[in-house]
Amino acid sequence: MLKIENLNVHYGGIHALRGISLEVPDGKIISLIGANGAGKSTTLKSVMGLVPKTEGSIVCDGVDITNLKTKDMVKEGIILCPEGRRVFPDLTVAENVMLGAYVRKDKEQIAKDEKWVYNLFPRLEERKWQQAGTLSGGEQQMLAVARSLMSKPKLLMMDEPSLGLAPIIVKNIFNIIKEINQVGVNVLLIEQNAKAALEISDYGYVMETGKIILSGPGKELLQNDGVRKAYLGE
Amino acid sequence: MNALRTMNHDRRNQILTALAIVLVAVLLVIANMTLSKYHLRLLNLGGIYVILSLSMILINGFVGLFSLGHAGFMAIGAYTCALLTMEPAEKAVNFYLKPIVPWLGEMHMGFLPAMLIGGILAAIIGFLIGWPVLRLNDDYLAIATLGFAEIIRIVLTNLQTITNGSLGLKGLPKMEIDVFGLLPESMHGILVLNLSACIWIAVIITILFFVRLIRGSYGKAFKAIREDEIAAEAMGIDVFHHKLLAFVIASFFAGIGGALLGNIMQTIDPLMFRFLMTYNVVLIVVIGGIGSLTGGVLAAIIVTIFMELLRFLDASWMLGPVQVPGTAGVRMVVFSIILMVMVIFKPQGIMGRREFSWDWFLSIPTQIKEFSLNRSKKEASADSKKGCE
Repeated sequence: MLKIENLNVHYGGIHALRGISLEVPDGKIISLIGANGAGKSTTLKSVMGLVPKTEGSIVCDGVDITNLKTKDMVKEGIILCPEGRRVFPDLTVAENVMLGAYVRKDKEQIAKDEKWVYNLFPRLEERKWQQAGTLSGGEQQMLAVARSLMSKPKLLMMDEPSLGLAPIIVKNIFNIIKEINQVGVNVLLIEQNAKAALEISDYGYVMETGKIILSGPGKELLQNDGVRKAYLGE
Repeated sequence: MNALRTMNHDRRNQILTALAIVLVAVLLVIANMTLSKYHLRLLNLGGIYVILSLSMILINGFVGLFSLGHAGFMAIGAYTCALLTMEPAEKAVNFYLKPIVPWLGEMHMGFLPAMLIGGILAAIIGFLIGWPVLRLNDDYLAIATLGFAEIIRIVLTNLQTITNGSLGLKGLPKMEIDVFGLLPESMHGILVLNLSACIWIAVIITILFFVRLIRGSYGKAFKAIREDEIAAEAMGIDVFHHKLLAFVIASFFAGIGGALLGNIMQTIDPLMFRFLMTYNVVLIVVIGGIGSLTGGVLAAIIVTIFMELLRFLDASWMLGPVQVPGTAGVRMVVFSIILMVMVIFKPQGIMGRREFSWDWFLSIPTQIKEFSLNRSKKEASADSKKGCE
């Protein structure tokens, strides 16, 4: 579905991504794990066009989308659920959710999707008229996911959805990611919580200092000695 | 009241808004007939400040950019409108040092097109300035816009043959718009709007425009940008495009405000459009609450009234047997102090980010009832406690 080839990004003089190549096949959850500063977030941001790429190509369903602007990426069905949730704190939950559908014009379908999203997150419906800033961390993460889903994505890229959340809520979030994947949204997941991410992933990539050093099916990576030592603390 | 409740919510609000506009219009007609010239002028000035404050709130409050360029855009609107509406003979009298360029000297048109051209020109300049400047953030943007406003003023001062330089323009005609002016001549003069009517119609149109803009999807996008630029961008909102759009709209209304201001002053010169002019608008916006249209409207009227009420501070006064000489500008010092106190103790202003809504308005009676009910309950419980002691 999405194919990234030889992606290079420079921040000033720093060569942040050194030829990343990865693939998100249809109907799968793919995760990208690695330590802080490995370049995971940069990968997603550069795919979205939020960070300029120096080299590389991105192909989505056979169409070259390397140089699209962010808003056109969203129209193409690729959305980034940013790190640290980043909900709009002074807007209501309902307004936050609707902003996810900003690039869409099909009003009837939007209304349907809105219902679907509230169905997925009943908690948000209860708090529809509350300011998003007053929600708890877990609820804000749900809101961020809900907002992303309102763009009707083919590919949802999630940047550290478990960041700063209690373990039980993390579990909840990962269950929801599986659920979203089952209704046909492809997921590209970035995580520091490598164990939880690999457990639900069909395939995983391991990044280190701007390069992919290892890849394989999620379950296999979980068994890999190097991964266990470096990321699972065993 | 019951009919109001059962009616469709949006429909009800529309009707209430229409009624409110009619009510305001009637009040203004009455004011126009009964008020003295001085009070009427104050009312008009208040109206102009409403336009100016709303246009500033759009950028500074809703998009969250800190722009200080208002005076420059007002100057463009004021000069354009003045030069296009003055009679050629009047212009010739004004330009006695150096004659005006011929093509402009002969140009003459009605108030409505002149005012709109003033606004559009301000918007175009806003676009040209915004294109490079809106890539900046926070303080840098404030400094850059402030600088551009000064540049506009200095250019106006030095274009002697177009703007009459530092001499300014005097004897601007009183604004009048013939509603049927474009129709055959027999219709002329049936309904001629005077200056007050022009200003307040502009005010009402401006308020309705901004309310629609902010409630619509653009308004939501503006707020999203204010709250979190990166998240807004990631949701597919073209941040730069929206910032530029807001800046251009604000410039347009600043230009319209400037054009109207020139008309009530009847004389304009570049010194009018120094930073102090922008400061007045900032003052209103901060007092009203950055991020509330309602606050902007209220504060514009309140501040205009107070600026006049406090005029006695500028006159000389007696401190016991000693006469304190009158000093111009003391009331502005008072206003600066008010602003400082406001920023320290109530930084959210009168309204914060709340807005007037009909739902709130219609719920006032129940709110009062609940309030008095709660109070009597409290009193009752306090009494019973006393009884126990």
